[in-house]
Amino acid sequence: MIELQAIQRDFNVGDQTIHALQQINLTISQGEYVSIMGPSGSGKSTLLNVIGLLDRPSSGTYTLDQAEITALSDDERADIRQHKIGFIFQFFQLLPRLTAQENVELPMLLAGTAPFVRQQRARKVLQSLDILDRAGHRPDQLSGGQQQRVAIARATVMQPKVILADEPTGNLDRHSGREVIRILERLNGEGMSLIVVTHDPEVGQRAKRHIRMIDGKITHSD
Amino acid sequence: MRFSDIIRYTWHALSRHRLRTTLMLIAMMIGVAAIIVLTSLGEGARRYVLNEFSSLGTNLIIVIPGKTETTGGVPPMFVGETPRDLTTADANALNRISSVKRVAPVVVGSAAISWDGRERETAIFGSSHSLLKLRHWTLSMGTFLPDTDYDRASAVCIIGATIQRELFGTSNPIGKWLRIGEHRFRVIGVLASKGRSIGIDVQEIAIIPVASAQSLFNTPSLFRILVETSSRDTIHYVQTQITRIIAARHQGEEDVTIITQDAVLSTFDKILSALTYTVAGIAAISLVVAGILIMNIMLISVSQRTAEIGLLKALGATQHKITLLFLSEAMMLSVLGAILGLATGALANVVLTNIYPDFPVTAPLWSLIGAVTVAVLTGLVFGAMPAKRAAQLNPIEALAHK
Ligand SMILES: Nc1ncnc2c1ncn2[C@@H]1O[C@H](COP(=O)(O)OP(=O)(O)O)[C@@H](O)[C@H]1O
Ligand SMILES: [Mg+2]
Repeated sequence: MIELQAIQRDFNVGDQTIHALQQINLTISQGEYVSIMGPSGSGKSTLLNVIGLLDRPSSGTYTLDQAEITALSDDERADIRQHKIGFIFQFFQLLPRLTAQENVELPMLLAGTAPFVRQQRARKVLQSLDILDRAGHRPDQLSGGQQQRVAIARATVMQPKVILADEPTGNLDRHSGREVIRILERLNGEGMSLIVVTHDPEVGQRAKRHIRMIDGKITHSD
Repeated sequence: MRFSDIIRYTWHALSRHRLRTTLMLIAMMIGVAAIIVLTSLGEGARRYVLNEFSSLGTNLIIVIPGKTETTGGVPPMFVGETPRDLTTADANALNRISSVKRVAPVVVGSAAISWDGRERETAIFGSSHSLLKLRHWTLSMGTFLPDTDYDRASAVCIIGATIQRELFGTSNPIGKWLRIGEHRFRVIGVLASKGRSIGIDVQEIAIIPVASAQSLFNTPSLFRILVETSSRDTIHYVQTQITRIIAARHQGEEDVTIITQDAVLSTFDKILSALTYTVAGIAAISLVVAGILIMNIMLISVSQRTAEIGLLKALGATQHKITLLFLSEAMMLSVLGAILGLATGALANVVLTNIYPDFPVTAPLWSLIGAVTVAVLTGLVFGAMPAKRAAQLNPIEALAHK
């Protein structure tokens, strides 16, 4: 489903070139559960951003669902992000002025879904994540774990093919972190591919497939 | 994205910054209201002046002694120099021009008018029988000056309503002998109280035969000759005839100034319209200033909401959608500001109308449409750059923004 070939991502900082990703070759099938680990600055986030179409590789080819991505326009990439990819961030990235439910509705609002359908679906997802009782609360009225659950609801409400989570437990206590991981694993069990970038060995070990990165290269992949 | 969702989302974002949004709306509101009130005043002044001149009479030509260069500009209304006098003989000559309907020679002066111990200073008009119809005046009682030769003095007068009230109170003035200066006049009529034109309040004047006025003020000359033509089409012909006849009578010198009511009207119309447009233009500048404020606020908003923009992009918003969201924010500020401005302008006009009931304060339609259009365009133009900046943000850097 995801196929990276000879992916290179270079950043020019001043007159220096940083090779954030070097010769990445990686294939991930639909429904896989993958963790990416490695030291800070090794390129984990950059890889996730390339997979999530937020970033364009400097060279190499990327095929997603048999479609060549690198040649697509910005609008076509936005469309794929909207329908096939769900992002989970370390700092949740909820809009503080919106309620939990409105945050979950946001992707559907951008997609032009009718308000009634939108509300139904948002509430359904919130219920399945067991935070429907917080639907009317704003992020600052929620704990970190609850905020991350709202963010997961938002990432999955469009029923994407893949969830990309960059340090999803990095800002949570142990207990909430475990809960978030369990939810993500459950969604993986329902068929969504799950790629988790993490520092935490305990979290990383739970994945069925482990990828290790150092200095922009994949040094280990199951 | 649905239109209603865009509106709601934008409104939500704006209402988080109440003070900022309110100040912005006030700036926009003042600009729009200023255009409306100032153009209303300009338009009011135009209508007021045109009304005043129209109320002078119909198809009027005014002959004034003395030649003044009238190449453009305002015709001289009250020039004083008199190289050669206009006389009642001149007025008689003008009466013989075909297409002339009425002629009224006018002498103007000021004298004390008294009756039964009561006295006041009053503007005295010396004129003829035709003045009443020529000026569209009416009488509330009695008769007007008799239809006689201009040269025939007679001791009769017509008084305005205020004079009647102040000298006679409630008693009937008709037939009473009052004193104007050193002469005695019998009251034969009272002017109806309606009407004022170009600074003359008909309630405060007394009218006597032109020959009587000439002897009262000891002058052989006339202040004006008013000529009414039979129709609008003959004005030009009569005007050239007057020039020719007066020149013939004044040893070939064109020593009078001839003003047609039409020319005065169109000149004032032009001047006051230009004034109104100028004032509207100046007020519109304040809208541009408001536009720059909008741009400033939108730039702040884009930088404060960088992470939000990054998130929207991660959730699949295209550049087009982000542009739309931020542009609609600028548009909402300008449209709401314009609506508030319309309301404020309308309210100000109502207040002005109450303070000056005689002054026709009405916003011209073009200024309403113009003010709103400029306001909305301002939002569009000055919102475009911040919106574009938002749309072009790099999503990864934006998401990392604190
Ligand atoms: N926008 C950027 N400009 C310059 N260098 C960058 C940029 N993004 C990432 N890098 C560099 O690329 C390397 C990989 O970064 P990243 O993928 O964030 O690492 P990780 O997520 O593994 O900590 C780092 O050396 C980082 O400094
Ligand atoms: Mg990282």
